[in-house]
Formats: sequence, structure tokens, C-alpha cells
Amino acid sequence: MLRRVADSVFWTNRYLERAENVSRFVDVNQSLSLGGSPQWSPLIYASGDESLFHQLQGGEFTAERVLDFLLFDKRNPNSILSCLVKARENARAIREVLSVPIWEAINRFYLRVRDAARDPDEILQLPADFLERVRRSSHEVIGVMEATMSHDEAWHFARIGRMLERADKTSRILDVKYFVLLSGRSSISSALDVVQWTALLESTSALHMYRRRHGRIAPASVAEFLLLDGHFPRAVRFAIAEAEISLHAVTGRPLGTNLDPVEEKFAKLHGELSTVKIDSIIQRGLHEFIDELQCGLNVLDAAIYQRFFEIQPLAEAASDQQ
Amino acid sequence: MSSLVKTAFDEYQDGPVARHPLLADRLDNFSTQELADRQHEAEIRLREKGITFAVYGHADGTEKVWPFDVVPRPIASQEWTRIEAGLKQRIRALNLFLDDIYGEQRILNEGVVPRELILSAKTYRPQMHGFRPPKGVWTHVTGTDLIRHSDGVVYVLEDNLRCPSGVSYVLENRELMKRVLPEVFSGTSIAPVEDYGERLLTTLLQTAPPCVEKTTAVLLTPGMYNSAYFEHCFLAQQMGIELVCGSDLVVVDGQVRMLTTQGSRRVDVIYRRIDDDFLDPNCFRADSALGVSGLMDVYRSGRVTLANAPGTGVADDKAVYAWVPQIIRFYLNEEAILPNVPTYVCSDPRQRNYVLEHLAELVVKPTNESGGYGLVMGPKATAEELRDCAAQIRDNPRNYIAQPMLTLSTVPTVIDRKLAPRHVDLRPFILYGDDLFVLPGGLTRVALREGSMIVNSSQGGGSKDTWVLVNS
Repeated sequence: MLRRVADSVFWTNRYLERAENVSRFVDVNQSLSLGGSPQWSPLIYASGDESLFHQLQGGEFTAERVLDFLLFDKRNPNSILSCLVKARENARAIREVLSVPIWEAINRFYLRVRDAARDPDEILQLPADFLERVRRSSHEVIGVMEATMSHDEAWHFARIGRMLERADKTSRILDVKYFVLLSGRSSISSALDVVQWTALLESTSALHMYRRRHGRIAPASVAEFLLLDGHFPRAVRFAIAEAEISLHAVTGRPLGTNLDPVEEKFAKLHGELSTVKIDSIIQRGLHEFIDELQCGLNVLDAAIYQRFFEIQPLAEAASDQQ
Repeated sequence: MSSLVKTAFDEYQDGPVARHPLLADRLDNFSTQELADRQHEAEIRLREKGITFAVYGHADGTEKVWPFDVVPRPIASQEWTRIEAGLKQRIRALNLFLDDIYGEQRILNEGVVPRELILSAKTYRPQMHGFRPPKGVWTHVTGTDLIRHSDGVVYVLEDNLRCPSGVSYVLENRELMKRVLPEVFSGTSIAPVEDYGERLLTTLLQTAPPCVEKTTAVLLTPGMYNSAYFEHCFLAQQMGIELVCGSDLVVVDGQVRMLTTQGSRRVDVIYRRIDDDFLDPNCFRADSALGVSGLMDVYRSGRVTLANAPGTGVADDKAVYAWVPQIIRFYLNEEAILPNVPTYVCSDPRQRNYVLEHLAELVVKPTNESGGYGLVMGPKATAEELRDCAAQIRDNPRNYIAQPMLTLSTVPTVIDRKLAPRHVDLRPFILYGDDLFVLPGGLTRVALREGSMIVNSSQGGGSKDTWVLVNS
């Protein structure tokens, strides 16, 4: 397929996944603040857009400002609205490779968010329904893609985009929450902490699956589940494994044969996540580990871009043969 | 004669379709209320499907939903048969004309069409001289504009031989109609349009460079900010071919190749939806970022097909248009089946004087524009506009023609939940590969403003489904 098209398929799905994750962040915080301890600043820290927030919304982290920034502020490139605008724009640029139902699902998703942004007051007061719809719309796109699009190269690039974004966001959520929850404490001490950890798991829709796997809430187990679980679809290791499978579907070589530098880089990160133990991560420092993980993800992004999307070098190499 | 008070021809009341059972029995059963509800349903559907066109300089984003009206525009089958024959005749003759003027120039040598008129056309491409595209097909896709005047006669208004657009709306309008008015489709008396994509692909493959095995066709678009981008996607999807931008293509070893995730791949046929000027910065406009360097060299060496061929614009120059009846006679030895609108060519001194004297009654058009740009409607213009117009004609007579103001026929249209007559035109689409094919019906554009005759979507026009009623 065309490099430009592969690039747009990849980003369409990244932006949709990003919108879904913003909704998750916000929703869990919203439900926590109902319990009496509103914390809006960590949301902004987690998004990594702190200075932009201050620039656009001023210094104070009020519920309304933070919500507006994350949901509807067009000037914030990572707001749900911005993500949908970009997802749709990318999808529109490659409409011919998407099935008609996929395009329509993305377009409807966009229209819903755009219409909400035009009349935001009620949603900024009570965002839960809206956030729920965002997640459902995102899942609708995934479902329609699964069911109506050939599982060909384009589909695999879509999945790589989604999975890399998911790995990134899950690790960020964990990083921020972990930092906040464990600051000044060494273990779970109160009922409130259980509520907080539960909320963290819920923000990644992980609570039920976590309970089935680990039972009681313990910080190390939560970190292990979100980073290293091989079966939970929002866990970092699972996401990387899925992306790796799709990468090999694209290159046409079986898993394990890492002839390409991109394949090698995926294999390396996946290998690390499969062998490392949570105890040693915590001993070394969870934050430091996640920092390294984020660097690793950036390496994968850059490798994918160079190998499959970048046009200039290939165009030059091709013209040189003249 | 009462010709001063011109009453528009109404396609429902005055046309031969008035008593067709489909209209008389089925469509009449709908109350205005019901039609308005269906209209509303159609609008929601269009929005969700994202069927849009770009409007340059529009404040609320660049996309507008394509305005659609649920009341179809009918055409009787015997009338359609004649239109179809007239269009085929015209396209055949215009392709022979293009072959000739870029070849031997017999028609110029014999003085049938003035040489100066052709050579002075901005759209004449000397670069194409001595070139003949595969099978002598220059205009693979044509979208001819037809109108019916108050005299009931269908006239050719414009031959769009370059990159005519609108066919995607024909297909989408039909899909939409099947959804919102399924009752009327239960019979089979409406000529189908759904096979257009298939036929277009066949046309493109038939005109591929000879000796190519496993032909690859692509659709070249200027990109998503182009006003017809929706159509480019739609057609690529209908044909199952890649939609490419200039930056996706390179010329290597005398071939056009597209840049894929797995290296590059040869391209044999390019259905290009960008103007000649932007195709190749080495050959035409040097500042074009939309095209492909070296494309025209590959084209002239016969290793890639461009559809439509570069240089076709000279045959739809509005001054050359005036000679089409002579062109048909010259190459086919036939009289034109579909008449031209009477046209005054301003480069001719006598005709120019007539135009200048009757400016307030005429429509003045630049010879090299399309989409209604630069048009001056005499009867509706202010004195100052007329003075400006006259000055421009004197300044550059070759650039203008004038025509009498025709009254476009009307079709009932849902306006504010009621039916009201609105003026329409018709753009049928003609494909030319091994043979000529005319898509039954075509795009009916409707001027939604009361009394307006400007049907362009950029200026408040909408569209309707067009029904060619078979067995009527």
C-alpha cells in the first residue's frame, strides 16, 4: 500500500485511541472527586501538557477548566475534540481504503463530539454520559474494523497505531497515579487508598480482569497487571505483542525472524517486558522504568516511520537511479 | 409573439413524462408533508455519510454537506434515446477533432475552423503536437451540460472535456433515494446507474498503453482540500484502485511508479483529477507541487496513459464550442442531433459589435472558465457591471463569448417543507474506451434560490436524482 496511506491509517487509529484514553483519565477522576477528594491537576500532569494548560486556561486547576481543556479545547492538540478532528481528517484522506461502515462510524463519532463541543455547559458539569459515549464510539470503530475490513496491510497498520498509543497511555496513567498514591507512603493503609487503586484499574477498564487474576488490591500487583500482563488487552506487554504480530504480518516474515531493524526493536522491547519481574522494577523505581519504557516506545515510533511512512528518502533513492 | 414573457418549461407538467405511471401513480401518492419528512431523513443521512464538498473561504470548516432534494427529475425514455445518440455523436466528433488539431490539422488547413482561434486558446497545448493517445481516445470521461429552454428544446450548454466532476453524486443520490423512498423503486422502470464504477475501470484499462500485462490504474487527486475530494475517494473506492497524490508518484527508468510500504510499483493508467497545468512541473507550471516531475516524458513515450489526455481543454473552449456543429459535419458528415445555444464569438468583429449593442440582453462568458466563474448576466447586471464587461470585451475579445439568456426548465423541489418549482440543468456522463457509453440520466443540479438559474454547488445549487423512465 502507499506510504502516505499507511501513515494516515496508523494515525487515524492512534488519535481514536488517544481520545478514548482521555475519556478514561477524566472519567475515573470524575468518579473519585465525587467521593470527596477532587484532584484535577494529575490529569494535566498525565497528559504531559502542563505548560499548555497554564498558557490556555490559567493557573488554577478547577474542574471546569481541566475538563474544557481535555475535552473540547481546540487549541489543545490532545483534547478529545482535537483527536477526533485529526482522526477524521486522516480517515478522510484515505477514505478509499477504509470500508464504508468504518468511515461512517468515524464520521458519526466526530459529529457527536463536535456537536457536544458546541454546547458544552451541561457536559462540563456532568461529563460521565459523554465520556461513556466516547469510549463506546471508539469501540464501535474497533468492532466495525474487525468485522468489515479485510485484515490486510492497512488493517495491520491500524492495529499497530492503536496498540502503540495504548501502551503509551496505559503506562502514563500508571506513572502518574502511582506517584500520587504512593507519595509519602509505602503501602496501602486506608479504605480511601483501596478506592483510589480501584479507580486506577477502572480507568483502564481493568478492575474485573485484575480481580480474576490477582484478587486483592496491592500496588505491586496493579503495576504488574497494567505493565506486564500477557492477556489483558490494555496492558503494555499485551499491546506491544499485538503490535509485533501485526508488524510481522506487514513484513511477511514469521515472528522470531528479526531481519529488519524495526522487527529487532519490537522484539527487544517485547522480550524485556516478557522477562522482567515486577519486584525488580519496583526496586529500581517504577517511575524510572516507565521513563525507559516511554523512550523504548519512541524508538519504535521512529523506526516505523522511517521504514514505512517516510517518503523523501525513498523518492530520492528512486530518482537517483535515473 | 409573446416571447418576451418566457415561462419556464416544467419537466413534470410539460414533459412527455407527465403521464408515466411511476410519476402519476406512485409519486403522487406522497403528501407534501410526507415528502418533507423524507427530505429531512435524507439530510441526516448525508451528514452522517459525510458526503460533502469543499467551500473555499467558508468560516465553519471547509466542508459543506451536499444539498440534495428528494423529488427526482424524470426523463422519458424516447427523449433519452435521442439525447444519448446526440452525446455519442458529439464526443466522437470532438475526439476526432482533438486527434486532428494535434496531428495533421486538416480542419484548420481547410479553413473550417479558424486556425487563429485554436492556436490562441489558452488550453491549446503545443507540447501535445504529434502525439496520439492509445486508440485515439482523448476524452475518457466527459460531463456535458444540457439545459432545456422554455421552447422545450434540449440544448448543449458546455462540453466539459477536462476533469468533469459530479458523477459520485449521481450514484450517491440514487443510493439515498432507494433508502428514503424505497416504495417507488419496487418496480424496475428506472434505468440503473450503479455500474458506473465498473464501466469507468473498464474504460481506463481498455486505454492502457499497449503490451502491458496486469495493468495498474490509479486516481490522481490534488488532495483532500480540493472541492471534489469526496468524489475522488468515492471513485477510487468504487473501482478498487489506489487514490494517489503527486507526492506518492515518482518517475524512474522511464516509468511512473508509486511509493508503497514495500518499495515502489509501476503505474500504467492515471485517471487524473488535476488540471493539465499542474501535471508536471517540468512541462507545464514549474511551481506546481501537485504533479509529478517527468510525468509528461513518460506519457509522450507511451508508457503511461493519462485520462483525460492533456490538451483536451481546447475543445471545450467556449469560443471553439460555437464551431462544434461544423466540427460534427466535417468529421462525421452528419448534422448535430443536439443543438448548440446560439453563440456570439467576440473575436469576430461583427459578432462583437452585436454583443456590445445588446449586452443587457445577453449572458457573457469567459471562454476559458468553468463552474460559472466570471459570468455576467446582462438582464440582471447593473449599468456599471455592464460598462466593465464591455471594456473587458473590447480589451480582450478572444476571451469572451455571449449567448441569449435561456430559461432553464423547472422541477418541483422541497423548499421550507413545501413544493416549489426550481430551475435545473443536466450533466450526463459519457465514457469513451473501446466504445462510447452514456450513463443513463446524469447529475441534475437545481438552483435552490427562487428564480435563480445558477445551479453550481459553490453558489447555492443542490442536486436531484435523475430518472430515465424505461417503458414509458
